[in-house]
Amino acid sequence: MKPTNIDNPEYFHKVIDCQYACPSHTPVPEYLRLITQGKYDEAYKVNWISNVFPGVLGRICDRPCEPACRRGRVEENPVAICRLKRVTYDYKSSDTSFVPAIPKKKNGKKIALVGGGPASLTVARDLLPLGYEIDLYDDQSKAGGFIRTQVPSFRLPEKVLNEEVDRIIEMGINTHFNHYVDSLKKIIDKNYDAIFIGTGAPRGRDLPDLPGREAGDSSIFIGIQWLAAILYRHITNAPDRVLVLGGGNTAMDCCRMAKRLGAQDVKVMVRSPREQMKASPWEIEDAIDEGIPIIDNHSPVEFVVKAGKLVGMHFQKVQVRYTNDGKKELVPLDAPPVFYPCDLVLLAVGQMNAFPYIEEDIGIEMNERGTPKLDKITHQSTVPHIFFGGDAAFGPRNVITAVAHGHEAAISIDIFCRGKDLHRRPAPKTSLLNQTMGMQEWLYDAKVTEDRRYAVPTVDRVKSLKNRLVEVELGFSKKTGHQESFRCLNCDVQTVFDHSTCIECDACVDICPESCINFIENASEEELRQNLTVAADNPAQALYVSDILPTGRVMVKDENVCLHCGLCAERCPTASWEMKKYTYNSAEAGDKIDEQD
Amino acid sequence: MTSTKPAFRHPKLAQNSLGLTRKDYEGAVSTLCAGCGHDSTTNAIIQACFELNIEPHRVAKMSGIGCSSKTPAYFLDRSHGFNAVHGRMPSIATGANMANRDLLYIGISGDGDTASIGMGQFAHALRRNLNLNYICMNNGCYGLTKGQDSATADMGSTGKRGIPNPYASIDLCELAIELGASYVARGFSGDKKQLVPLIKGAFAHSGLAFIDVISPCVTFNNTSTSTKSYEYVREHIEATNTFDFIPLQREILTDYAEGTTQEVIMHDGSIIHLHKVDSKEDVTNRLNSVNKLEEEKAKGRLLTGLLYVNQQIRETHDILNTSLRPLNSLTENDLCPGNTELQKINDSLR
Ligand SMILES: Cc1cc2nc3c(=O)[nH]c(=O)nc-3n(C[C@H](O)[C@H](O)[C@H](O)COP(=O)(O)OP(=O)(O)OC[C@H]3O[C@@H](n4cnc5c(N)ncnc54)[C@H](O)[C@@H]3O)c2cc1C
Ligand SMILES: Cc1ncc(C[n+]2csc(CCOP(=O)(O)OP(=O)(O)O)c2C)c(N)n1
Ligand code: SF4
Ligand code: SF4
Ligand SMILES: [Mg+2]
Repeated sequence: MKPTNIDNPEYFHKVIDCQYACPSHTPVPEYLRLITQGKYDEAYKVNWISNVFPGVLGRICDRPCEPACRRGRVEENPVAICRLKRVTYDYKSSDTSFVPAIPKKKNGKKIALVGGGPASLTVARDLLPLGYEIDLYDDQSKAGGFIRTQVPSFRLPEKVLNEEVDRIIEMGINTHFNHYVDSLKKIIDKNYDAIFIGTGAPRGRDLPDLPGREAGDSSIFIGIQWLAAILYRHITNAPDRVLVLGGGNTAMDCCRMAKRLGAQDVKVMVRSPREQMKASPWEIEDAIDEGIPIIDNHSPVEFVVKAGKLVGMHFQKVQVRYTNDGKKELVPLDAPPVFYPCDLVLLAVGQMNAFPYIEEDIGIEMNERGTPKLDKITHQSTVPHIFFGGDAAFGPRNVITAVAHGHEAAISIDIFCRGKDLHRRPAPKTSLLNQTMGMQEWLYDAKVTEDRRYAVPTVDRVKSLKNRLVEVELGFSKKTGHQESFRCLNCDVQTVFDHSTCIECDACVDICPESCINFIENASEEELRQNLTVAADNPAQALYVSDILPTGRVMVKDENVCLHCGLCAERCPTASWEMKKYTYNSAEAGDKIDEQD
Repeated sequence: MTSTKPAFRHPKLAQNSLGLTRKDYEGAVSTLCAGCGHDSTTNAIIQACFELNIEPHRVAKMSGIGCSSKTPAYFLDRSHGFNAVHGRMPSIATGANMANRDLLYIGISGDGDTASIGMGQFAHALRRNLNLNYICMNNGCYGLTKGQDSATADMGSTGKRGIPNPYASIDLCELAIELGASYVARGFSGDKKQLVPLIKGAFAHSGLAFIDVISPCVTFNNTSTSTKSYEYVREHIEATNTFDFIPLQREILTDYAEGTTQEVIMHDGSIIHLHKVDSKEDVTNRLNSVNKLEEEKAKGRLLTGLLYVNQQIRETHDILNTSLRPLNSLTENDLCPGNTELQKINDSLR
C-alpha cells in the first residue's frame, strides 16, 4: 500500500467514528470531555454550533453515532452519546452569549423559507448572522415542524422544543405562521434572492384498497394525522382496543400514545419479522416495556365492520423469502386468516413526499420517487435559486439529517447570493495539536475505564402512562453523566506516526493492548489485512501505513479497535508515536473559500 | 512509568488449544525504559509460551538482579517465580529443578548477572546440563546501575559514558558450547520472527538451552558508537540458518526436498527443520559451531540463529539417576520402604 496521507482532512476525521457518522459531524469526543470537566455551557455550545437543537436531539435523535461508536466494538455497548447531549442541555446555565450577534445593517438579500421544521430553522440560524433578511412561511401556529406536531411530549417536552426553536426565531426571522403556501409561483413572484423549501414529507400512506377501509373510516386514522390531532387536542382519548399497523418509529409513537389516551389493549401489527422492523431498537424496547406486544409476520387482509362499526381486522400470517435476485418477498403461510378484535386502527405504514403547491410549469423537475431533482451536494434544484432540504429533499429521514441539509443549503445560498460557483465550497476547519504535557502525562485523560454503559433512569410507569405530557426519561444525573462520558475513548486524539525517527524497537507493538500495530513487509491492502497479528477484517476501518523503514518493512496500524490509550506513544523511546488531538469542524455559511487551485 | 494497561484486548485475539489468549501469558506493565530491548524479549517469551500451549502454572521463572532480571514480573503472572540475588539464578534454578523436574524452568539473566558476578554459577549449570531455559538479555552493559560496560561489551565499543571499552569481550555462546550446554542460540530482541522459534526450540529441548539475546539498552548503550545498539546490530547481523519449529502435536505438512534440510528431533518429539540453503554447517557438531562463530566474528559479523544442538548429552537428572517423580509427590511409603527392604539392603552388604 501507499503511505497514508494524513494531510487529507477526512483521514483522521474517519477515525472519530461518532463524529464521522453524524450527518452534521458534531465533535462528540470534545463535548464528552467537556462534560467530564463539568463544563456544561461549553459542551452545549459545541453541540449548538453543529447540530442546532442539542436539547431536542439529546432526547429524540436517531443517533447514527452510537452504532458507529468504537466502544461498541471494544466491549458490548457504545457510549450513550445521545443522552449525554441531553446532559449538556439539562445542566447548562441560562447564559445565551453563544448566539452570534445579528448585524443591524442587512446585506440586502432576501430569502424565503417554506416550511418551519428543523431544516428551515437551521438555514435561518446560519444566514441571519451574515445579514440576510428571512421570511418564513408555515401552515402551523408555531415553528418546529414535525418535531412539534408529531413527536410526542412524553419523549420531547414542549418546553425544551420551545427554548431551542424560539432562540432562532428571536434572532430575527419574519414569521408568517398559519400561512399555507398554496402556490410556489406566488412566492417566486415576491422576488426573493433565494428560496429554501423545507416542507417535509407530510403525507401518511393509507391502505385504500383493503376491504372495509371505507366502511370503517370513522375508526381508522393515518398515524401522523392522529398524532397531530392530539397535539391540538382535537383528539383526547382512545378506545379500549387499538391496533397499530406498521413497524417504524411512527408506529412506536402511535402505540405508546394510544396507551396514554386510555387504551387498555394495544398491539403493533407488523408484516416483516421483528429483526427487520424499521423502528430503532430502543423505541421498540420502550414500547414493549410499556406492555405493548409486537405481532410480527402478520399482513393485513381486511377491516371487519359490523353494523357500521369497526370490530376488528383479519391478518394473514406470512414468511419472508428471498428470490434468486435477492428481492424480499412475503409469502402467505398455508393457514386461514387470523382475527384480531379492535375499536381503532392507526395506520403507520409509510410516509411520502407531496408538493401539491408546486406548479408544474415553473421548472422544478421531479424524479420517479416524487422528490425533486437535486444536486446532492449543493441541494440546488433545477431552478437555480430554489434549494431543498430536510425530508422534502430526498424523502423522510430524521432531524439530524434535516439539520445537516440546512447547513449545506445555507452555504449554497450564501455562495449563490454572492454570485460564485456553488461547487467551490469552504473546507472544514481542522487542526492537529500535540497532547504531550510531560513524561506519560497527556492533556487528555488517557485512562480507559472499564465501566459498562449506564442506564438512563425513568419516571414511574404508572404515572407516565396516565399523562402524555410526562417525559418518560429523567435523564442522567450529573454524577452518572460524568461517569458515562468517561467511557469515551477520545477517538479524536490521534496516534500520529513519524517513520523517519523510528528505530523499530517493537515497544509499541509489545505494549498495545489491542494488537493494532504491526511492522511487516508491505503488500496490497487485501494481503496486509490478512497478514496482521490480528487480521483486519473490518473494511470500514482504515489501515494506517507508514513509509518504508530502515529494515525494509512498513508500520501498519489497524485503526479498528485502537483505544487511544496513548501507551504506544508512552513507550516510544524516540517520540515517533505522538498523541495529537484532531479538531474537525464542518464548514459554515460565510466561511472563506480557498481561492487557490 | 506509572500507567496501567487497559483491560480490553482485541475481540478477535487468537486462542491456543488451551483456550487461552496471549493476555493469559502477560504480566504487569513493564517499568523498564521505553524502547528497552528486554521488553521485546519478554514479549517473545510470551508469544512462544502462548504458541506452545504451555499451561502457565507448569512454569517456574527464576532470575538474578538487573533490568533483565526484573522482566519475569512482566510475563506469565500466573506462574511460579523466584528472584534470586545477583548472579545466583543458576543455583536457585538447580535446587528447584532437582526438587521438581516436572516444571518448565525459565531462567532470566543479564550479561552482567551472567558474565561477571554470576560467571561461576553459569559455568556449572552448563557443565551439568541442567534442564533449564537460560535466557540472557545481553545489552553489553549494567543497565540497572546506569550503564557501566559489562564483560560482553566489545573492545572499543563506546556507550553513553563516552569512554571506549578497553577489554576484549566474552562470547557467551562459545563459552556455553564449550562448557557443555546442549542447545545454544543467539537472537536479537528486534527480530521476533527469529527469536520466537528459537525460544520454542529451547522449551522443547531437554537439557540446558542457552539463548544469548542481544537486547539493546536504549538509555545507556544505544549510541552510534556502541556495538550493541539497534542500528549496529541490524547492520552486522548474520543469520546462520532459518528453521521451522514443528511442535509434537502438529502434523507435518511441509515437504522438504531431500538434502535441503537438517532434521533435529527434540526429546519431546518436536522437530526442528534447519534449511540448508542458508547454511552448509552441521549444527550438531561442536567444533563446526565454534569455528563458524569465530569465522563470522573475524569478518565483523554477529552470528545469530540456532548455533549448536546436541540431543545426546544427558541432563542433570539423568546423570544423577534421580527419582522420576517430583519430590513433593513422594509419599512416606516411597521414602521409608519398611523393614523387609532394609533387611534386603543389609543382607546385600554382608
Ligand atoms: C411520528 C414521527 C416521529 C418521529 N420521531 C423522530 C425522532 O424521534 N427522531 C428524529 O430524528 N426524527 C423523527 N421523526 C422525523 C422528523 O420529524 C423529520 O425527519 C424532520 O422533522 C424533518 O424536518 P424538515 O425540516 O424536513 O420538515 P418537517 O419537520 O416535516 O417540517 C415541515 C413543516 O412544513 C410545513 N408545511 C408543509 N407544507 C407546507 C406548505 N405548503 N406551506 C406551509 N407550510 C408547509 C409543515 O406543516 C411542517 O411544519 C419523526 C417523524 C414522525 C412522523
Ligand atoms: C551482589 C551485588 N553486587 C552488585 C550489585 C549492583 N548491581 C545491580 S544490577 C547490576 C548489573 C546488572 O547488569 P545486567 O545483568 O547486565 O542487567 P541489565 O540491567 O543490563 O539488564 C549490578 C552490578 C548488586 N545488586 N548485588
Ligand atoms: S469512543 Fe468516544 S470518540 Fe470514540 S466513537 Fe465512541 S463516542 Fe466517539
Ligand atoms: S493508542 Fe496506541 S497502544 Fe493504545 S490501543 Fe491505540 S495503537 Fe494501541
Ligand atoms: Mg546488561
